Amino acid sequence: MGSRLKLFLPLFLFAVLALLLFRGLSLDPMEMPSALIDRPLPAFSLPELASGELLDAAAVAGEVSLLNVWATWCVSCRVEHPYLVSLADSGVRILGLNYKDEDAAALRWLQDLGNPYQFNIADRQGTLALDLGVYGAPETYLLDAEGVVRYRHVGVVDERVWQTVLEPLYSELRAAVAAESP
Amino acid sequence: MRISLGGVLALLITLWSLQALAVIETYEFSDPALEERYHSLSEELRCPKCQNQNIADSNAPISRDLRRLLYEQLESGASDGEILEHMVARYGEFVRYRPRFAGATVILWLTPFILLLAGAAIVALTLRSKGSRGGEHPLSDAERARVDNLLANREGSD
Amino acid sequence: MIPELGHFALIIALGLTILLSIIPMWGAWRRNVTAMALAPGLALGILCFVSIAYVCLTWAFVNDDFSVKVVAANSNSLLPLMYKFSALWGNHEGSLLLWALILALWTAAVATFSRGLPLLMLARVLSVMGAVGVGFLSFSLLTSNPFARLLPGTPADGSDLNPLLQDPGLIIHPPLLYMGYVGFSVAFAFAIAALLGGRLDAAWARWSRPWTNIAWAFLTLGIMLGSWWAYYELGWGGWWFWDPVENASFMPWLAGTALVHSLAATEKRGLFKSWTVLLAIFAFSLSLLGTFLVRSGVLTSVHAFATDPARGLYILVFLALVVGGSLTLYALRAPAVSSRVHFEWVSRESLLLFNNVVFLVATLTVLFGTLFPLIMDALGQGKVSVGPPYFNAVFVPLMALLAPVMGFGPVSRWKRDKTARWFAELALPAAAALLCAITLPLLNAPYNVWVALAVMLAAWLVFGLARDVWQRVRSGSHLAAGLRRLTPSYLGMLLAHLGFAACIVGVVATSQYALEHDLKMQPGDAKVVAGYEFRFVELVPVRGPNFVADEARFEVYRDGALISRLAPQKRRYLASGQVMTEAAIDAGLFRDLFVAMGEPVGEQGAWAMRLHYKPMIRWMWLGAILMAVGAFTTVLDRRYRRQRQTATAEQPGLAHGV
Repeated sequence: MGSRLKLFLPLFLFAVLALLLFRGLSLDPMEMPSALIDRPLPAFSLPELASGELLDAAAVAGEVSLLNVWATWCVSCRVEHPYLVSLADSGVRILGLNYKDEDAAALRWLQDLGNPYQFNIADRQGTLALDLGVYGAPETYLLDAEGVVRYRHVGVVDERVWQTVLEPLYSELRAAVAAESP
Repeated sequence: MRISLGGVLALLITLWSLQALAVIETYEFSDPALEERYHSLSEELRCPKCQNQNIADSNAPISRDLRRLLYEQLESGASDGEILEHMVARYGEFVRYRPRFAGATVILWLTPFILLLAGAAIVALTLRSKGSRGGEHPLSDAERARVDNLLANREGSD
Repeated sequence: MIPELGHFALIIALGLTILLSIIPMWGAWRRNVTAMALAPGLALGILCFVSIAYVCLTWAFVNDDFSVKVVAANSNSLLPLMYKFSALWGNHEGSLLLWALILALWTAAVATFSRGLPLLMLARVLSVMGAVGVGFLSFSLLTSNPFARLLPGTPADGSDLNPLLQDPGLIIHPPLLYMGYVGFSVAFAFAIAALLGGRLDAAWARWSRPWTNIAWAFLTLGIMLGSWWAYYELGWGGWWFWDPVENASFMPWLAGTALVHSLAATEKRGLFKSWTVLLAIFAFSLSLLGTFLVRSGVLTSVHAFATDPARGLYILVFLALVVGGSLTLYALRAPAVSSRVHFEWVSRESLLLFNNVVFLVATLTVLFGTLFPLIMDALGQGKVSVGPPYFNAVFVPLMALLAPVMGFGPVSRWKRDKTARWFAELALPAAAALLCAITLPLLNAPYNVWVALAVMLAAWLVFGLARDVWQRVRSGSHLAAGLRRLTPSYLGMLLAHLGFAACIVGVVATSQYALEHDLKMQPGDAKVVAGYEFRFVELVPVRGPNFVADEARFEVYRDGALISRLAPQKRRYLASGQVMTEAAIDAGLFRDLFVAMGEPVGEQGAWAMRLHYKPMIRWMWLGAILMAVGAFTTVLDRRYRRQRQTATAEQPGLAHGV
């Protein structure tokens, strides 16, 4: 009897494999969480896009915000832009990281399409982006009031993404800040 | 068919990164040993957004940036371990093609050994049961009688 | 009209396949000869209709019928004709149709060439293959219809075939690979039929062997072509990346190698029956798993087709039914008690057992490594990558473990042998191998320990085999009799093992001794690599049928004499705008010279160039070809042909065999 039982081992192993593959169908192998979750924004010293004044991590902190990585050469960024404008209008603090772009073109773009960003970090060489673990545009980071990275979304931010993924966390962080303030 | 934006984006990225172009940078190394380390390390690091390519073979912009970062790190005198940690700190374990021997990935490195040991055990067990100790069973009297019977009946026919 | 005809033919084929999977199997259960005898006819009918469907789709491609979706997505009016033929399988839907065609071919082949097989067995075998066909044809028709139309809104021209696929490699690699993948379904069908019939004996093994060997040979060729194609097409000189899709083809090969050897033991000695059946199921399951991995999006790969989880689910259900069903049957029907055949610790059987274990460990290791990222992700442990550094680190030692033992194989005797005899017989080859190890690598200074080890193992195999051949021929009463002792079966083994030795040398030598230089060059520059002087003569614009290119003309000199002209190109394809690099290779038996263009640098026509020196790389692929030729040779053995003569003498067996 024991030896017959042994013969069921391959079937059992296959069942485990099949379950794993089934689970795999609902996972996305290319989805990558940021390596900086729950870590502060890396130190940097880069100029602001419009004014040229030097910014550092302290300028970013202070309020729960979105850091949006964008560029004029990025087609999807153009697609997401109107929604970001509407988000900014509704009171969300959005900061921009202009990724490996040309200042003049970027400023023109903002002029033509609207500016949802409180300010823009001009990362012409992509150094801050590299430290952040950015690998393409658009990407959007959710930062808490201390400037700690809480979440990263890769790809376009639209209504669905905001409602299902970003908004809940955003509200939670805002509530935490409100609870702390006297 | 509902075409989602994410799908289009994924498709664009897929098409873009499918271009496996020969990626050839002409970095000048101050030391040939550094160039060798550059080649071997660029094969250890994965391009974060490509469809399974190392940064040596991929032409994606992020790959180019990582190769430049690798070059700068090497020239600045960092060790292999430090360079890999530097990359992992930014892009996560995903970016290493050789999983580290720690935590959950230990099982990956141990599996071949475990399998070999299991295999050796199976071989030993099998040989033991089949070997001369298992022995050949001599025919019992009843079996021998049956054999004689059969042989007698078959004689003359083929 | 024609695409609709093809669609209709495919539906008929599905209907016939359903009939094939049910009627003969029922006939076998009920001992109904009429039902069973329908099987070969049904198999031929299926081949007929799938062929019609295939021809119709080919017609659509060749005639630029862009109203058919796959043609619009993968072809173009400017595409050279031979690529219009092969673009059919350069996409998911078309390649599935190719799968179905090849399955129909194998099924018809089994139906035609199995006159020595009892009808009971044949009926079951064909029914199982029919069941597999049902899965693929229904998958094709229900989720991936190759004849789907783009009406209205037919584009004026197609999107063109991916430039990487516009290459002779595409014409031969997938068909050969599929011949191998699908071919293992025959061994699988035989195993299932044997389990169903409760007859797991030497006869079953003898019937299975030629089919298994042919499938293995095709798979070897398919993998080898994939490696060679990647080498010259992708422009970076690599030839194996342990990519999930590559592993998906390598795993059936590894399991198949174990199966080929295990079948030998089962046929000759009636041993390892359970093992062999399990290996047959395992090898084909890995083929199906490969199909799943490539088309479901579960793992990331450059080779994957456009992925769709819905399709993945369909394949997974099919996989679960086929593999789960067969493993259940195995658990219930395989011999629980091992055969009472005995053999000593020192014998050919134990060497074959060792071989089984090593190849199984290798297969499972590659499987685990390939699935590991998915496992970690599913368990919430984050995203990890498992790539060449890992696979090379674990796979090479396993092969190094195998090679020395392989040398004893041909010399060993069945059932009982003595190690003293082995050492006595192989002392000379061993000494010669050691000598080679010390002297040969010196030909390419500096001395490399790994290459020495590889040379020693390969020489050990080669000299051992040579000695064995000598013994065999000598033992005949005269030369002709001696040569006759080299049966096709033996010759096949000889060639295959020689091929393996060549592979070892090729792989290790090229990994260790290859030289690579990336540098900026402009016309007039020269660079010396491994004694070869690469002179960049001029940069010339050229025009191809569907692309424009910059061509860099090189001359290669050795010791002052011109030995080769190389002309790599940087192409831009007109339809898609895609840019691609076309490397130039001077192929040689003992070395390859490889030049590829990168990007233009600066103003004066300077370009980044990659110059490669790749010693012994052809040995790897030639070794693979040798292995395949060896496997094909074994099928010519007389004992398989003898079947047909005895079959005409005796009645198709119904009475014997349960």
